[in-house]
Amino acid sequence: MDLYPLYISAKLAVATTLFIPIVAAPTAYILAFCNFRGKSLIDAVVSLPMVLPPTVLGFGLLIVMGPQGPLGGFWKDLTGERMVFSFSGILLASLVYNLPFAVQPMRASFEKLDIRLLENSAVLGLSSTAAFFRVVLPNSLPGLAASAMLVFAHSLGEFGVILMVGGSIPGSTKVASIAIYEAVEAMRYDDAMYMSLAIIPVSFLALLAINRLNKISRRRL
Amino acid sequence: MTLTLDIRKQLPNFMLDVSMTCEAGSLTAIVGPSGAGKSTLVRIIAGLEQPDEGTISLDGTIWNDTVNKQFATPQKRGLGLVFQEYTLFPHLNVRKNVGFAAVDTKCVQGLLEKFGIAHIAESKPCNISGGERQRAAFCQVLAREPVLLLLDEPFSALDIATREGLRKELRDLKKELNIPIIHVTHDLEEAYYLADSIFVMENGKAAPQWLERQKRRFCPEIKHRPHLELVENM
Repeated sequence: MDLYPLYISAKLAVATTLFIPIVAAPTAYILAFCNFRGKSLIDAVVSLPMVLPPTVLGFGLLIVMGPQGPLGGFWKDLTGERMVFSFSGILLASLVYNLPFAVQPMRASFEKLDIRLLENSAVLGLSSTAAFFRVVLPNSLPGLAASAMLVFAHSLGEFGVILMVGGSIPGSTKVASIAIYEAVEAMRYDDAMYMSLAIIPVSFLALLAINRLNKISRRRL
Repeated sequence: MTLTLDIRKQLPNFMLDVSMTCEAGSLTAIVGPSGAGKSTLVRIIAGLEQPDEGTISLDGTIWNDTVNKQFATPQKRGLGLVFQEYTLFPHLNVRKNVGFAAVDTKCVQGLLEKFGIAHIAESKPCNISGGERQRAAFCQVLAREPVLLLLDEPFSALDIATREGLRKELRDLKKELNIPIIHVTHDLEEAYYLADSIFVMENGKAAPQWLERQKRRFCPEIKHRPHLELVENM
């Protein structure tokens, strides 16, 4: 059995989990604490990947990230390489696809925070950015960890978006879920079963951890 | 140092309309029933809310001027605010809470000892009593060396014995700090005990002409006394 798809899946899940807070945390902060015109629109755009069929989202990303697309063209000018059908491409697609799964638990965690703590930090002289790092993040750790676990578990099982954007290039974009599908298509049921058995306990443990972290979060606030 | 404010803000049921001056070294108590606009007034002075119109200044430094569209953020005002509810940061122990915004971290130990909470310096806020939390909140605010101290019913959630103790500490503190102190309370006894002047707020109004009349009833302890009828109505 080729174990490389498992490695690609794990690499993709870890990279997505590590990079997604850079976009998700400020987005969740803005959605939780700021009121402005167009907030509902941003909220809807962020949540869109949750309701769109993965193939539709994948097709959209394929257009944007293709060599003729705005993002793909820019990437090609910058690096000389194409964005689609590469690991960088499936990572970006994974980040977009997972954004709502990262933002929603973070936002819920931020919203549980007593607003008076933020007011107190403002009166004590902290800027919004400093308050985010010194007050909001430390008091939202269980929520952030739950968000990370959810993203990790979700990334492990991605199929449609990855297939659309990355295809199925062995050693590069062929993740475990695609390998399982192909094994079933080729009637290599043993390969499909072993690979599934490798993913199930990891996903199960991640869900257990999310539940535990949610309990801790409820107890702390 | 003198705080001067003359502000108006439309609230759901009435117009908040307050003009007052608070001198350095004096404690101005604002008393009134719940929903009279006391806390909103404090939030406006702190910069957490903005008035619809009017000005707030401290010794000529403009904090709010709606005509010239000047607004100093809470961060720039350099004042101290002790909230009614406990607002210590739950992830930090008492020492780190007090030193959170301290101008000089060397003063932290001194403040902890002064307020009698040095023995709980390493405890988290969730493991200490309500009185200790409010003492720590006072330390946190004072460590910043504020130019003005705002107290928004800081003793209302405490038991009577703790409240009495903290009142005495605040009265001593008032003598040491040469800054204006505004103390919001619904407890008249507390106001009489602590204040140099008292404003009674009702439906957003603290009428200055009424206070002028009360100056005739000057007594050594309290310069201005609230109108007895208003007090009885409360």
